[in-house]
Amino acid sequence: MQRVGVFVCWCGSNIAGTVDVQAVSEALKNEPGVVFSTNYQYMCSQAGQDIIKDAIAEHKLTGIVVCSCSPRMHEATFRKTAAAAGLNPYMVEIANIREQCSWVHKDMLTGTEKAIILGKAAVAKVNLNAPLTPGESPVTKRALVIGGGIAGIQTALDIADAGFPVDIVEKKPTIGGKMAQLDKTFPTLDCAACILTPKMVDVAQNENIRIFSYSEVTEVKGFVGNFDVTIKKHARFVKEDICTGCGACTEKCPMKKVPNEFNLGMDNRSAIYIPFAQAVPKVATIDPNYCNMLKKGKCGLCAKVCAAGAIDYTQKDEYISEKYGAIVVATGFNPISMDKFDEFAYNQSKDVITSLEFERLTNAAGPTAGKLVRPSDGKHPHTIVFVQCVGSRCSACAEKGKEYCSKICCMYTAKHAMLTRDKYPDTEVYVFYIDVRTPGKNFDEFYRRAVEEYGVNYIKGMVGKVTPEGDKLKVQASDLIANKQLHIDADLVVLAAAIEPDKSARPLATMLTASMDTNDFFTEAHPKLRPVESPTAGVFLSGACQGPKDIPETVSQAGAAASKVIGLLAKDKLTGNPCVAHSNELMCNGCSSCERVCPYGAISYEDKEFRMPDRTTKIRRVAVVNPAVCQGCGACTVACPSGAMDLKGFASAQIIAEVDAICK
Amino acid sequence: MKVSYFPGCTLKNKAKDLDVYARKAAEVLGVTLEEIENWQCCGGVFSTARDEVATKLSSVRALKEAGSKNQPLVTVCSACHNVIKQTNHAMQTDKEFASKVNNYMADGAYAGETEVYHYLEMLRDVVGYEEVKKKVVNSFKGKKIAAYYGCLLLRPNGVMKMDDPENPSIMEDFISAIGATPVVYAKRNECCGGYIAMESPELAKKNSNAVIENAKAAGAEMIITACPLCRYNLIKNGADIPVVYFTELLAEALGVKEDTNGK
Repeated sequence: MQRVGVFVCWCGSNIAGTVDVQAVSEALKNEPGVVFSTNYQYMCSQAGQDIIKDAIAEHKLTGIVVCSCSPRMHEATFRKTAAAAGLNPYMVEIANIREQCSWVHKDMLTGTEKAIILGKAAVAKVNLNAPLTPGESPVTKRALVIGGGIAGIQTALDIADAGFPVDIVEKKPTIGGKMAQLDKTFPTLDCAACILTPKMVDVAQNENIRIFSYSEVTEVKGFVGNFDVTIKKHARFVKEDICTGCGACTEKCPMKKVPNEFNLGMDNRSAIYIPFAQAVPKVATIDPNYCNMLKKGKCGLCAKVCAAGAIDYTQKDEYISEKYGAIVVATGFNPISMDKFDEFAYNQSKDVITSLEFERLTNAAGPTAGKLVRPSDGKHPHTIVFVQCVGSRCSACAEKGKEYCSKICCMYTAKHAMLTRDKYPDTEVYVFYIDVRTPGKNFDEFYRRAVEEYGVNYIKGMVGKVTPEGDKLKVQASDLIANKQLHIDADLVVLAAAIEPDKSARPLATMLTASMDTNDFFTEAHPKLRPVESPTAGVFLSGACQGPKDIPETVSQAGAAASKVIGLLAKDKLTGNPCVAHSNELMCNGCSSCERVCPYGAISYEDKEFRMPDRTTKIRRVAVVNPAVCQGCGACTVACPSGAMDLKGFASAQIIAEVDAICK
Repeated sequence: MKVSYFPGCTLKNKAKDLDVYARKAAEVLGVTLEEIENWQCCGGVFSTARDEVATKLSSVRALKEAGSKNQPLVTVCSACHNVIKQTNHAMQTDKEFASKVNNYMADGAYAGETEVYHYLEMLRDVVGYEEVKKKVVNSFKGKKIAAYYGCLLLRPNGVMKMDDPENPSIMEDFISAIGATPVVYAKRNECCGGYIAMESPELAKKNSNAVIENAKAAGAEMIITACPLCRYNLIKNGADIPVVYFTELLAEALGVKEDTNGK
């Protein structure tokens, strides 16, 4: 039998205001096992904790119940108190009589009655508690960053700076991501390439960083501190270590009609290509869908002109296995498809473009060398209409758009409008908006400049229809403030398309057993207090894979994720949570029900030899839980048909005892 | 196969072509359109006012009759389709509305069990455009045809569930199936002006002209529609290219059109 001590907290008037704490401590005195019961104003204070410690020593307590706030708040505090007094910290139970009782009840009688019941349940449970000791596991001191955009680059650099090796896996032939495609960055208008490419070079030169470009993660096993990852390195048909990036092959390649994805298909590249001049790694890649040599076995020009002899048409996809202690997801975003928004005629006219295409059109390294011209006829546009929130904040059209605000569009549209007016003052610029959202340092000032200094026409209202007619785009829109319909003959229409997580995110989340929201953004462990950690231990989040973000925010989050990774890798051993599942092998029938429901992949099977009553032995397949991977969710205990699976600290018998105490 | 068929009143006088050719073409494609007995006018789009019950009764009666024969209900007029489909949806989702309506019904309650689809959906999903293609004897090869959806056929999308209202393809695919070349143009899903033609003919003219001009600018030689009111407005407001019902072209393509004046 346990010797239980009960400690009822007043929490000032938070609890004592609607719960008669004296009555509670009196009532619980008579519960089985209880040898001591008291109440105090602030149990979590030093004086309160001392009461607990003294009682443990004086009454030789083997278990304690604290009736106080939510265990999320102070369970750790009271466990430490117990440990300091020589009691196993897992012999502490919390009865939540604040959030679940005093705060939700107005009547003292009801509140007190419920607090007593909750206290009884906790006493019933602690009577069945057993001391638990957390296990330990080693930490592999290497991090994996998935995605090589600005988020992944910054995270990798920060981790490498702290002295830990990092690998970046990027599915494209180069790192750089979306930021490499941008022209200027708000609100300071520094050129994206000028601030990004030095960082890309830093990555390439950092001894602690390896880049796996044109690669993807195909398998993740293991757990925090000990991930086993398989990386698929796609065949680029060029030996990366030999190629000098001179570009002779790209000039000689006869297949020059390949849509250039870096310029969003607005110009062409060759079948062997280097995505852009500052690519890292700066090596060529052969596109197997277009290369004549790979498709038909005829050509071979690039091999002939390559002075380094780097071309290898026989190269195969390669699989690399590596161990990591931590994984950072930095898979980024993409603009959504405009196919379902054809009221804006994106599929009907070349002169209706997305904002990212506008970036390429105004970028000095873009398809027009930075000259803003209409894609259809190369003429200078005199009237440009920008449409914000295309697919964003679209609750009425959730089947084609997104309900959330994409966050970055207001600012980049202000930037586009301002830069257009600055460079081409003869151009009339209209911006249609639902709201202009500019919370950020120097953001609103920036938008005001676009309106006040640059004379951009900001109109509150939406564009309803774009009709291509002749070489004009007839824009029909509403001006909500003037309460009238507008008809504008535009030369160019720019759509601020909503952004969504990259398509690779969902399969990756499945591999990592990391959770996602309904929009496929990765979920953070806590929206305010743990924003860069996934609920899955050892998996961290960086950049727009967690939610829409601009560059400054992405870089901050990337650094925060890196610091979390460094904190993890700095440890030699990890202490686990002892409240994990375990299987009673004598009862397990090897049916795999638990394995199927486990969201963390913590359960495996092994064949074990059992002694039979007649002195023979028998080999049976039984479940084994890896305590380092198990998160203690309890799904397996419910799924197990034979009752073999149980959760330490939350055993079925303990839960039943609580229920019995409540229903008595 | 046999399906129940709701022609609607316009198809019995002004828009006989839409009806007659629909029936003939369906026979060739192996579908018998069984006209609902004693059907009543759907009420036109006026009846879609949400608080009205009496105006929805004719739709529900037609739906019930089709249901009693275990048949889907096929419509061909855009307005009838819109009213009947929306009414059926209300019967499925709005319990209060359904119970009010059912108080008027002689035998048994109806809760939206009958499936409703438009003739175009029947071609696409039941017969299949591939099957239509095989049965074509007079191909419209080389003809540039613009599909005019109007505002009613596809909206509201959440109820009609026929096609993407901003970027549809069901009529373009039909045009391809009969061998012609579909012309995609921006105003294909804009309103012709509808009943505003009664009150403000000028406004209807403006809308209709915008559709015609936009289709012509995209290279259309002919416009097809499923809506008698759209056709009326476009022709009334001086369309100088033929505006015909899609069923007429279908009948001609399948070789069952005796009268070819429309082309």
